[in-house]
Amino acid sequence: MYQFEYHRPKTLDEVTALLARLESPKILAGGMTLLATMKQRLAAPSDLIDLQDVTGIAGISVDAKNVTIGAMTCHHDVASSKDVAKAIPALAYLAGRIGDPLVRHRGTIGGSIANNDPSADYPAACLGLGATIVTNSREIPADDYFRGMFETALKENEIIVKIVFPIPQGAAYQKFPNPASRYAMVGVFVAKTAAGVRVAVTGAGPGVFRMTAMETALAKNFSAAAIDGITAPVEEMLQDMHASSEYRAALTSVMAKRAVAGVSA
Amino acid sequence: MTVVAMQVNGKQVSADVEPRTLLVHYLRENLQLTGTHVGCDTSQCGACVVHVDGKAVKSCTVLAMQAAGALVRTIEGLADGDKLHPVQEAFKEHHGLQCGFCTPGMIMTAVDMLRRIPKPDETTIRHELEGNFCRCTGYHNIVKAIKAASEVL
Repeated sequence: MYQFEYHRPKTLDEVTALLARLESPKILAGGMTLLATMKQRLAAPSDLIDLQDVTGIAGISVDAKNVTIGAMTCHHDVASSKDVAKAIPALAYLAGRIGDPLVRHRGTIGGSIANNDPSADYPAACLGLGATIVTNSREIPADDYFRGMFETALKENEIIVKIVFPIPQGAAYQKFPNPASRYAMVGVFVAKTAAGVRVAVTGAGPGVFRMTAMETALAKNFSAAAIDGITAPVEEMLQDMHASSEYRAALTSVMAKRAVAGVSA
Repeated sequence: MTVVAMQVNGKQVSADVEPRTLLVHYLRENLQLTGTHVGCDTSQCGACVVHVDGKAVKSCTVLAMQAAGALVRTIEGLADGDKLHPVQEAFKEHHGLQCGFCTPGMIMTAVDMLRRIPKPDETTIRHELEGNFCRCTGYHNIVKAIKAASEVL
């Protein structure tokens, strides 16, 4: 790891002041991706701004309409929250399958969606549920937030404060994990909402995306059979040592059907 | 260099380190607590698991400075004098180790697991061990040891 300076501010104002002043700072949330990247010398920030002491950006609250999760809330807290399990069980389920228990104790939802790894789980929940990403300066609908591989709508020095998930009528997440990393080889989040059916796919393409053909079919007939034969475009799928594009496209259909069956059940 | 202080195994400690110092190196090199191992160094294998403020974490992917002011427990802090912790006793009794390299991490993960899930079944134990690799035992006796420990804790 290259040298850097470390800061631990207590308020968002202090964070923004540091971001404005420092040369090439990076925000440190749980560090489960950033520190690993820095150890490989693939990132060399001048300064790390640790958010662990910043007030008001961690914790879970649930009301009749929404589940709101603070950016610094760790995966374990979401996975083990009785309130989340009651309001959106698929969200608690998803959080409980990120990485391993040790990673879930440190990794955060804000860190995950700020990084927007194409195989991360949380982007599928945000896009699938039509969540709103609230930053220190504005509210961004998930549909506008995710911009492809490791790219988001976040501006330089913008900080995620919380994520607001509207409670759906029903939802389910199914993923085929890479057996070593447990990142999604393909993960599909299906939600039945007042505004219609949403299907979000992670791991398969260069970034999380919606399967609108499946959404249309499911709106007419919400059953696994209704999406039979609807496949993700092979030419847009990722290909790596773990799986070919064809395999990822095929997995997308399988995971989507399992998720739909999970919502209906 | 910065002075980083925390409580480790009930004792207040401090050391002058670079900001890039990882918690595992702080423990091993500054405090000479070499029970915590560096295995893969890429937060996959779990040989470096310690407890920070009561939660099991991979200390190769935590900065010492992130743990400043925290309560840290390592494998050296489990036994009560000569009396082993029930999970350590169970690993010994059920041959939950061969070479022993993964053992400190396995035990720290198991202690954390049993705190959260007092009576796990075998499937749960295996799911909870996903962040700890053992290349000798095939996990069979590790799972058996944790199950046995859950019955006496």
